[in-house]
Amino acid sequence: MGWVNAIIQGILTGGLYALFACGLSLMFGVMKLVNLAHGDLAVVAAYIGIGVIAVIHIPFLWSVPIVVAIMAALGYVLQRSLFQSAINRGELTTLIVTFGLSIVIENGLLQFFTANSRGIGTGSSLISSSFSIGGLQIAWLDVVIFALAVVVLLSLQYFLSSSKYGRLIRAVADDREAAQLAGADYRHVFGIAAALAFCTVALAGIAYGMTTVVSPTTGTDTILLFAFAAVVIGGLGSLWGTLVGGIVLGVAQQIGAQINISYELLAGYIVFLAVLVIRPQGLTTRRSQS
Amino acid sequence: MSVTTGATVRSEENLKVTRSRRNVAWTGLGALVVVVVLALFPYIVYSGTTAIMVQGLIVLTLASMWNLLAGYAGLVSVGQQAFFGLGAYFVLIPAMHGLSPFLALPIATVGAGVAAFPLWWLVSRLRLGYFAIATWVLAEAVALFIEQIQSIGGGTGMPLPGFAGMDPTLLAAYTYWAALVVAVLAIAAVYFLLRSRLGLVLTAIRDDETAARTSGVRVGLARLLVFVVAAAGCGAAGGVLAIDQLQVVPGTSGGVFSVQWTAIMAFATIIGGLGTIEGPILGTAVYMILEQTLQSYNAWYLIILGLVAIGIALFARRGLWGLVDDRFNIRLFPVGYYLWSPGERRGRQGRQGRQAKGAAGVAS
Repeated sequence: MGWVNAIIQGILTGGLYALFACGLSLMFGVMKLVNLAHGDLAVVAAYIGIGVIAVIHIPFLWSVPIVVAIMAALGYVLQRSLFQSAINRGELTTLIVTFGLSIVIENGLLQFFTANSRGIGTGSSLISSSFSIGGLQIAWLDVVIFALAVVVLLSLQYFLSSSKYGRLIRAVADDREAAQLAGADYRHVFGIAAALAFCTVALAGIAYGMTTVVSPTTGTDTILLFAFAAVVIGGLGSLWGTLVGGIVLGVAQQIGAQINISYELLAGYIVFLAVLVIRPQGLTTRRSQS
Repeated sequence: MSVTTGATVRSEENLKVTRSRRNVAWTGLGALVVVVVLALFPYIVYSGTTAIMVQGLIVLTLASMWNLLAGYAGLVSVGQQAFFGLGAYFVLIPAMHGLSPFLALPIATVGAGVAAFPLWWLVSRLRLGYFAIATWVLAEAVALFIEQIQSIGGGTGMPLPGFAGMDPTLLAAYTYWAALVVAVLAIAAVYFLLRSRLGLVLTAIRDDETAARTSGVRVGLARLLVFVVAAAGCGAAGGVLAIDQLQVVPGTSGGVFSVQWTAIMAFATIIGGLGTIEGPILGTAVYMILEQTLQSYNAWYLIILGLVAIGIALFARRGLWGLVDDRFNIRLFPVGYYLWSPGERRGRQGRQGRQAKGAAGVAS
């Protein structure tokens, strides 16, 4: 029974990892920007959530749109200023700038909010309550987050493939110059895409803060690395691959934890490295995209 | 030092190619004097000063290695803490079996270099951003793996044996000399590697990888060599840290496997000047000044260092040494070539030869 439980837990956690990954994936797909500060920005979102609830005493659910809106605005502004200037100077500079931003955010949070872990209090019984199926205890929260991940991925997929603005984003991603000649301001489109990516980053940060606790170092040692592992396992540039990758990573971790609690993270990384060696194009993509 | 010029150059122009615009004999002599003076430091200054300088020399070694990786081979690794930590353990393990930690330093260097081969095999297919995060994941995996081994301290670490009963002043002096030897060898290794064929190959790859490949340059081999050398250098620095701290503490926050080590080496390099040998030296000096001034304000020095590095990456891409070079046109460690225009003589100011700087400077 422990093994079945581990696999189900792993699948549900995989949804959270897919949520971590879709912002990273989106920004790489559109701007070719590998954002090393991705995880730290998710932690910033979680801290904003904690702050909003603590300061203006609103119910948890009302704080979500506020955090998402703040992060979307931050995404647009960061993209138009820092990220765009870095992109203009080449890939090496974007790596240096986003790595610098990651270290600045992490140590800034450490400086102002100490190394203590914090959780987002929802004030409802949702976090603690669970239901049982065939003797398995499943937390409602895990199910809700998994559903949220699926909804986010579905809407992103629909938005990018079917909406007018989604087509514009894909056009700019495919050929910046040609899209500009056709009248699109690529910097603004990049800004919108970044805002969109930051919305998912905000949701990822809040979701993580609800399931467990966040601390200033969570951004890199958990969110960024898990997101990246999910992207690589699933295959670059595929949103559904990201969900598959997240689930594989989650299941591997839970099975590792089942063997020995201290193997949890190591098991996840071993699967990641195995995929890197055996199937570098990822599990879901057919051709190598190098 | 003359190089045969290609057939495209008309012979009557009589072009001359040298390593530097100026005579560099005095810089070689100057470097020797600096090293000798630094070696005499334990006799001149208090042990508190040499203790700080050990930290600086560790950072200098790390920054020189990161510069070789990112500045010359285009490999932005965020996982160098893996080799740094392994180096510390490669000093600890022989010391637990009775070997003097100082004699274990070569083991740490070679051990970290050997460990680089399988890790390179895992990440060699990835480029730039994905390479950066993959090396980070690898470093995390290495740290988790080491923490599983209980006999070398598991997740809590171990004190370094082998110095029982040793005079602390003498130990401090030996530690300082070990750090100095490692740093000088690291810079010398980078200098001579870049003056060798590898330097030429790396310049060719940086300028146009496809053209280099079609000309028969073995791009993968050149990158592997740089990765292994950088790993070995970081391993040696990790070994020095183990001796300096008299213990090895694992862990990805605060321990030897912390990403902050890579942050420090990267920021020092970028601030000093990526792609010049002088850059990491200048950058380490800036790092040490900031760290010493702001050490009572916890994490602030890393925040400021990060902000300065971002600013320099955006607005002064060749770093502080780039600014010095623009103004005075000097190079203490010439690794490229200087092309003299016809009739030009030493000592006259002229900018014509700047294109021929070879391996110096960041890809534009």
